[in-house]
Amino acid sequence: MKILVCISHVPDTTSKINFTDGDTKFDTNGVQYVINPNDEFGLTRAMWFKEKQGASVDVVNVGGPETEPTLRKALAIGADSAIRVNTEAKDGFAVAKELAKVVTDGSYDLVIAGRESIDYNGGMVPGMLSGLTGANFVANCIGLEVDGTNAKAVREIDGGKETVNTSLPLVIGGQKGLVEESDLRIPNMRGIMMARKKPLNVVEPAGANNETSANSFEKPAPKGAVKLVDADNIDELINLLHNEAKVI
Amino acid sequence: MSVLVYTESENGKLKKAALECVSYAKAIADEMGTSVTAVAINANDTDALGNYGASKVLNVNNDALNTFNAKQYASVIEQAAKQEGATVAIVSSSADSKYLAPLLAVGLEAGYVSNVVEKPSNLSPFTVKRTAFTNKAFANTEINTDVKLVGLSNNSFGLVESGGSASVEDFSPSIADSGVSVESVDKAVGKVTIADAEVVVSGGRGLKGPENWGLVENLAEVLGAATACSKPVSDLGWRSHSEHVGQTGKPVATNLYIAIGISGAIQHLAGISASKVKVVINTDPEAPFFKAADYGIVGDAFEVVPVLTEKLKAFKAQNA
Repeated sequence: MKILVCISHVPDTTSKINFTDGDTKFDTNGVQYVINPNDEFGLTRAMWFKEKQGASVDVVNVGGPETEPTLRKALAIGADSAIRVNTEAKDGFAVAKELAKVVTDGSYDLVIAGRESIDYNGGMVPGMLSGLTGANFVANCIGLEVDGTNAKAVREIDGGKETVNTSLPLVIGGQKGLVEESDLRIPNMRGIMMARKKPLNVVEPAGANNETSANSFEKPAPKGAVKLVDADNIDELINLLHNEAKVI
Repeated sequence: MSVLVYTESENGKLKKAALECVSYAKAIADEMGTSVTAVAINANDTDALGNYGASKVLNVNNDALNTFNAKQYASVIEQAAKQEGATVAIVSSSADSKYLAPLLAVGLEAGYVSNVVEKPSNLSPFTVKRTAFTNKAFANTEINTDVKLVGLSNNSFGLVESGGSASVEDFSPSIADSGVSVESVDKAVGKVTIADAEVVVSGGRGLKGPENWGLVENLAEVLGAATACSKPVSDLGWRSHSEHVGQTGKPVATNLYIAIGISGAIQHLAGISASKVKVVINTDPEAPFFKAADYGIVGDAFEVVPVLTEKLKAFKAQNA
């Protein structure tokens, strides 16, 4: 089984979110980049398929040279090789089109992407990738087993979960649950040394046009201070929620 | 040219988010000088859609579509959009709608923007405001394609009744191959889900153990609210992962979010910050949640919550 894990290069959760150039660009100053958490759960599950079922695992990112340390980290965790599509990731549709070419060229059986990236939160790349390549698709995937070309997946739904049967080729939008947080791996020194020698192939983009563009950003208006209500005066809280906030 | 809305239903009944999407579509259609067409799949109460601004309803009744399947549903909506010559299509932010939307975008060759929170600021170029960076910012996003697909955030636009009525037509699209078949569904029956709720009551590690969840459930029942939990609580197995809200869990965008015994880690706050009014109950006045909340009580949940529940019950009885 050939697995491709899509890796998004995103600001760490604790990063300060600011914008420059008249609020048209994300301010990368001082921002630490990490593997998108939803992708990391998928990558860890892919390692399980590699170790238990002999799968090969490649990782891919659409982005400039600055994303290579993130791909190297994925190699240090255990992926066999990495691909970087050398173009700026402008919108989900364009990224999906670039990835679709990588998937087709590499004849991958299983593509594991994250449910959404924690920066733009579009949540569209895995679904579009399945639509473009004709592969089956399971979103919000919290469990996956593969037996031959048959796959059993668990999808989180509103208020519960459902178990589905499908087959390869398959794309999933993965999230926590594929593996637990305690299963995530921190690269060790041996992994880091080996990652330096593993192939990281830079491929030129297919040249997909972006169909949407984020032209400007704004931050939510600063919030007023919390109104504290005395624990002995619950009536006051009910009064505030009813008459001031008008939510009950 | 028209605005097409997918009006989602469950067990034959339209969801509130469907009515919100129709209200939103009506506002766009008015500015474009066109009308709203809704497409509903196995819903029994489509007569209600006219009141929220739909002029026409395409009613699909087909037993092959009894179970949600993203590919088949996306194909139905795609066929409806093409028949109507729709230039704008609207879907909600439910798990199912977010599942099918990217497939629909590919089918319609439509630029897709999810998590949209306002009416378009401009029709040409078509520009909408969406949340990004896990609710820490908004992005004003332009869609450049001929057909535009908008995913509307739940509870962001509200319901607008326009008092109209819609013509209801049967619509019989071809049914695509499913590719994915459902083996079993594990879902609590008769409970409000986090996605549909207007109020969410959420518990954290401060509740000390799963045996104390009656506190959260009783308060939720009085408020008709969904129950949720923080990440440590789901990691400890006190509650299922489907109740976990936050960055790696479910996003919450309700009118009222009540956090009990949750300190307010940055990942948790990121997931719930789209909620309009936030109330925190915590023994620790230094808990970060107090900086993010609108109202707060510094106190022991085991004393405060039962009193709050009783008083709210009396309040609801009085104001019913």
